[in-house]
Amino acid sequence: MLLRKSNNLGPSIPSSEITPKEVFEQHHQTRRRFLTGAAALGAGAIAAAHVPELLHPSQEVHAAAQLQTVPSQYTVPDAQTPFNKATNYNNFYEFGTDKSDPARHAHTLVTRPWTVKIDGLVKKPQTLDIDGIMKYRPIESRVYRHRCVEAWSMVIPWDGYPLSELIKFCDPLPSAKYVEFTTLLDRKQMPDLPGGFDWPYTEGLRMDEAMNPLALLTFGCYGQPLPNQNGAPIRVILPWKYGFKSCKSIVKISFKAKQPPTLWNEMAPNEYGFYSNVNPQVDHPRWSQAHERRIDSSFLPHTIPTLMFNGYGDQVASLYSGMDLKKNF
Amino acid sequence: MSKRSIIALKVLLHLLCLAPFAYLLHLYRNGALALNPDPVNYITHFTGNWTLYILLATLAITPLRRLSPRISFLVRFRRLIGLYAFFYATLHLATYVFLFSGYDIVTALGGVRAGHPGEIVTQWKVIWPAIVDDLLKRRFIQVGLLAWVILFLLAATSPAFIMRAMGGKNWQRLHRLIYVAAIAGVIHFWWLVKTGVRTPWKDTAVLAVLLLARIVYTAWKRTHKRTPAVRIGVASVSK
Repeated sequence: MLLRKSNNLGPSIPSSEITPKEVFEQHHQTRRRFLTGAAALGAGAIAAAHVPELLHPSQEVHAAAQLQTVPSQYTVPDAQTPFNKATNYNNFYEFGTDKSDPARHAHTLVTRPWTVKIDGLVKKPQTLDIDGIMKYRPIESRVYRHRCVEAWSMVIPWDGYPLSELIKFCDPLPSAKYVEFTTLLDRKQMPDLPGGFDWPYTEGLRMDEAMNPLALLTFGCYGQPLPNQNGAPIRVILPWKYGFKSCKSIVKISFKAKQPPTLWNEMAPNEYGFYSNVNPQVDHPRWSQAHERRIDSSFLPHTIPTLMFNGYGDQVASLYSGMDLKKNF
Repeated sequence: MSKRSIIALKVLLHLLCLAPFAYLLHLYRNGALALNPDPVNYITHFTGNWTLYILLATLAITPLRRLSPRISFLVRFRRLIGLYAFFYATLHLATYVFLFSGYDIVTALGGVRAGHPGEIVTQWKVIWPAIVDDLLKRRFIQVGLLAWVILFLLAATSPAFIMRAMGGKNWQRLHRLIYVAAIAGVIHFWWLVKTGVRTPWKDTAVLAVLLLARIVYTAWKRTHKRTPAVRIGVASVSK
């Protein structure tokens, strides 16, 4: 795997220190196509739609600062899942195992200050500040299909920039073949952390998967910063894979020579493969993957056939050419 | 317990057992179900949970009435409650078949509205292989269906005339299958949740207590057989 070298790394900073936001920006000013300015946290607050929460009256949609985004070609025309559903139906086990738990419990997550540690097989291990990472590239708004292994799906406008951009900045060594993501583990902020799991949550990708233009380093959805339950302040989105591959609230990105162990794969290897590409041909022991329930604004379920690679075959099928996806599910 | 108060209690129990279903209808009518992120999932869990709760309530009657002869009248409500367990189990099964399995209910109902009721069958034919596939492959569905079949048999044989026709011994033997149904129900729950999720532990604990109570009672009765048996014998003789 050939990776483009990052130019001008600048003065070396001890790995124990956080790269200041200004330094992170300075060295990459030349590579910027746009100045996003204070897009991340600036802008006026938008009044969020107040939909009556009849089933979970404790939840309220809070007005949040809007993200400044640019449109993207990677957008599907499907009808979008309502904001309220995408932010009240989440799998984020650190905040409870019920779908409604994260929205109720994740307010304890502190997203500023937030740093992401870059380590492993990189030229210069360092710790990056979230605001610096957010300003590094213009934030694109991409409407992606999102397919959960539990056979439901959503259509969500995610806001972020290609993961490949950050990876290039991290400057991994040629020996790095895999990238591992780690979610925050803090029992104080996550009092509902269930037992029986090998925390922290980790997930991994092969380097060429991570460099695919579809892999999105995500900071927001629906034009505003990620709600805590959706993985604030930084997560990845891999629309051709089942949702659980997309690590939330990332605190560490590690480059490895060997395939890293991942939480779900360790817990139930026969149920959750390392690749976990959306594949209607390969059943999960509990859920047929041939069709999915599209979560939209209606009461009756819209059942639709599931597409290979969640419909993103044109962009990603080549990554797996020659592989038996029934074995490497 | 007077006849009148038994009737009043039965009416109250009907209302109590129907309350969850009424609540579900209420959520549908006021639009809350459409606002729920995954209505089908909600209905499935709701009906599944209430099947288990009511099944456990049915199983609680025997240990409870053994606590005191004054509440032995509780047994008169056992069949009524048990039938509601079957009612919620059937709603649960119907939810799976028509909303969860991949059955295209939107197209089927659209057909009905357009004057083509055959669409219900057409969609059924489309999804039938997937349901068979589920049945053959997924053990949580197999064990869940086993529980439903048992509850169906118990409900079908619940009228007094069938009990008489079957003979008390046979009827009782068949109705002991409720233990299998309850255990199958709990296993169904454990097998459907994801690895590491422990949601079913409360239902499991209650079931374990109810089954243990029976074992303890039987053991206690065996050791205390002589004295109470003699007393009862004497009492009945003197009558």
